[in-house]
Amino acid sequence: MGMAAAEWKFHVLAVDDSLVDRKLIERLLQKSSCQVTTVDSGYKALEFLGLRQGIESNDPTALSPSPQEVEVNLIITDYCMPGMTGYDLLKKLKESAAFKSIPVVIMSSENVPARISRCLEEGAEEFFLKPVRLADLNNLKPHMMKTKLKNQKLEEIEKPSNGTAAVEPEIKNPTEMEIKILPLPSELEPKQVHLQEVQVQQEELALSNNKRKTMEEGLSTARPRPRLEGIATAV
Amino acid sequence: MDAHVAQLQMQYRNYILSLYQQGFLDDQFTELKSLQDDGSPDFVAEVLSLFFDDCVKLVGNMARALDQTGTVDFCQVGANVHQLKGSSSSVGAKRVKGLCINFKELCEAKNYEGCVRCLQQVDIEYKTLKAKLQDMFNLEKQIVQAGGIVPQVDIN
Repeated sequence: MGMAAAEWKFHVLAVDDSLVDRKLIERLLQKSSCQVTTVDSGYKALEFLGLRQGIESNDPTALSPSPQEVEVNLIITDYCMPGMTGYDLLKKLKESAAFKSIPVVIMSSENVPARISRCLEEGAEEFFLKPVRLADLNNLKPHMMKTKLKNQKLEEIEKPSNGTAAVEPEIKNPTEMEIKILPLPSELEPKQVHLQEVQVQQEELALSNNKRKTMEEGLSTARPRPRLEGIATAV
Repeated sequence: MDAHVAQLQMQYRNYILSLYQQGFLDDQFTELKSLQDDGSPDFVAEVLSLFFDDCVKLVGNMARALDQTGTVDFCQVGANVHQLKGSSSSVGAKRVKGLCINFKELCEAKNYEGCVRCLQQVDIEYKTLKAKLQDMFNLEKQIVQAGGIVPQVDIN
């Protein structure tokens, strides 16, 4: 199954109340050949997706999509936001029949294990420590592929709860993705590829991979990338 | 003209290296530079501009929060510090980020004197960085105007 084609352009909705971070995530996603929409709050995110309260149902707390559905392949959101946190947004999405299948990634500047497990348990696919790097976004392609394929009415390959189980036949070992450059329409130039490889080597491959939720392995291996104030931590 | 360009490029390289060596910038700044390309040639300048706008706004908020006769809302100060820490981290402003870490602790300890002093340091630090980066951009401009290409600086 080939993945390198113009039609595989993913649309990502990025949510962050910080203008600097919105600018950054937008550029990162563009560099990863994604179409990007940025909003500054969870409310705006729901609005964009077309979720309205109580329009078509008697239950005022039910959310249903508006007629103009926008295809979104992934939602990446900051955790700490005023009003609706990233966690609140995640919950709302997972409670919505229409949008619970969209993979959600949480970003946070703080490494709080309890927070991370709570998000992963609620159904977040990944938890990234800020600042997010280009290498982190390479991990997202398989997640986005799922919704792309689903939307094209192909059989769903994997359920979200299966953690690191391979999605695509090509991706056998998640660790390999850290060092292999995926054959996707990427705008990465050779020097950036080198930069990523250097970064990955410096940060220890296994640790990046440990961000994944693994139901089988339990949360002990689901450690976030240890970007602790410039101190390089070893496993 | 080539000798002039080469000289400017050397000057630029040394300047960038000194910014890293003196702790003004960290590897996140390197990442920002790597995201800039022909399609987004002003990306670094644009992000930094947003960052410095943020600094002005947040430092202003903190100054107001600390300038209360009566009870100071340290949570409010802390919230602004948190935001500044986040954006400084995102652009690779290492010294500013470091100060924010201290600042956060001072807020949690409700150390008024400490907070006031730290805020002053933050103010000086972001302005210093802004001036340094302006010098960097000016050097880039000079190189281009002299017909040269801005070199990629390998900091490793």
